[in-house]
Amino acid sequence: MSALSDRLWRHPRLLLALLLVPPLLWLGIIYVGSLVALLLQSFFSIDHFSGMVTRELTLATYAELLRPANIDIMIRTAVMAACVTLAAAIIAFPIALYAARYAKGPWRALFYLGIMMPLWSSYLVKVYAWKLILAKEGILTWIFSGLHLGWLLDGFLALPVVGGNSLSVSPTGTFLVFVYVWLPYMVLPIQAALERVPTSMLDASGDLGAHPAQTFAHVLLPLALPGVVAGSIFTFSLTLGDYIIPQIIGNSRLFIGQAVYQFQGVAGNIPLAAAFAVVPIVIMGIYLTLAKRMGAFDAL
Amino acid sequence: MRSESAPRSLKLAAGLGLAFLHLPILLIFVYAFTSEEKSFAWPPPGLTLKWFAVTWGRADVWAALGLSLKVAAISTLLAMLLGSLCAAAVARTRFFGRETISLLVILPIALPGVVTGIALRSAFSLADIPFSTWTIVLGHATFCVVIVYNNAVARFRRMHGSLTEASMDLGADLFQTLRFVILPNIATALVVGGMLAFALSFDEVIVTTFTAGQQQTLPIWMLEELVRPRERPVTNVVAMVVFVVTLPPILGAWLLTRGTDTVAGHGK
Repeated sequence: MSALSDRLWRHPRLLLALLLVPPLLWLGIIYVGSLVALLLQSFFSIDHFSGMVTRELTLATYAELLRPANIDIMIRTAVMAACVTLAAAIIAFPIALYAARYAKGPWRALFYLGIMMPLWSSYLVKVYAWKLILAKEGILTWIFSGLHLGWLLDGFLALPVVGGNSLSVSPTGTFLVFVYVWLPYMVLPIQAALERVPTSMLDASGDLGAHPAQTFAHVLLPLALPGVVAGSIFTFSLTLGDYIIPQIIGNSRLFIGQAVYQFQGVAGNIPLAAAFAVVPIVIMGIYLTLAKRMGAFDAL
Repeated sequence: MRSESAPRSLKLAAGLGLAFLHLPILLIFVYAFTSEEKSFAWPPPGLTLKWFAVTWGRADVWAALGLSLKVAAISTLLAMLLGSLCAAAVARTRFFGRETISLLVILPIALPGVVTGIALRSAFSLADIPFSTWTIVLGHATFCVVIVYNNAVARFRRMHGSLTEASMDLGADLFQTLRFVILPNIATALVVGGMLAFALSFDEVIVTTFTAGQQQTLPIWMLEELVRPRERPVTNVVAMVVFVVTLPPILGAWLLTRGTDTVAGHGK
């Protein structure tokens, strides 16, 4: 035992190797191995008569992926992700600003827990709560009719694209739940970025005669932008890959995640599901490259 | 000069934002007691404790809860082991490929869950591995590693290197140093990482749907009920119980790290 100990102490590289081997084996074999399997599967194809996967390399599955119906799914998902990101940034900014610069003492703890608890509490329970809220007989309809604004809700639901039979089967409902569920992921990085802005800069801006609104627009906002971009990475990526929210709350139009799930499950077409899963990876690759240029990784 | 109190509009916007984050969850608590069976009608026509008793007697709920706890426990232990080893290596030494390893650890949660899920599913299908509790654990442990790693790496960075050197100089061997110097120093970080990993695994559904086959963890049970509702009042009760069960690890993690600079990366 002590001989082994001495040996490790004299050879730090050996110690390092011993530390690294288990996690690297795990992540390397299970995770990277799976990603390689995913890529490989996407170059296989399915025999439409037998329903069996043909294990020969081909681009046929990617040709199938680029059919107009599938392109629609990708565009719908990307537009939803962009809208969700924008809305989350707008709602998150005041929360982050207050938590970072004004909350003191017990308020600070309360704000911290107020953001962390929704972040960590059960995802399905949150989605379920919204199913209750958005249901036709649910609390939102009750509030609207209580305010004698039922006509407003009905009018909105009658609109094309965003409307539907009730909020829980409309794209607006899907959007609301996405914003709700990913909001804490946006608040935390913005808060971290805002906390790093030195107070002296804001004071200097004020001393030099800037109106608070000018200070906000020309000093605080640009300095917080990397935090917003960092948060947007989470909200965008999470929306791209989610298939449960649109399945439970929304209409029958598919999102990328749902397409992946359906092709591998009911259809048994793992190659097409794999090819579909490559789409969010590519979109996130482009997004991350752009975000890196804007300095978002320093705010993480 | 900047005034110390926030403008009223900011207070209002921040308050509304927090209300938006919390009010929906409160609703879960009301619905668990509703006497309405067929719909999500609001306001509840009456309140009852009946559905708690019904849920208590449901074998499928207990089985799903058991599987979830088992998977979360095994995954957490694996993640604590792998995550702390990785953190120890990355925090103490500089070596070639260090950045790649950090990226590799983060990747399972940086990529959308559906990608991780279908990747594992593809691998199981290529290697002809049948679904079992262990296929669920494989997925869960993989994305839990990063939670433990993040907590442990921050603690290792703050722990002074001279501590271990002093221990060795005073004649302790490597294992004694690990037992009496390193472990006590990183213990809370490990426990916090473990608790958060447990909460994450207990709640995970996206990757699990790809790796579980016909097995039901509690989130999968809930998902089934959401997609094809059978007994809504039971789902209401389970939703409330799941929320309550995930609270202690989150509050515990907060209490243990309160006042340190690792709390949500509050490092000025």
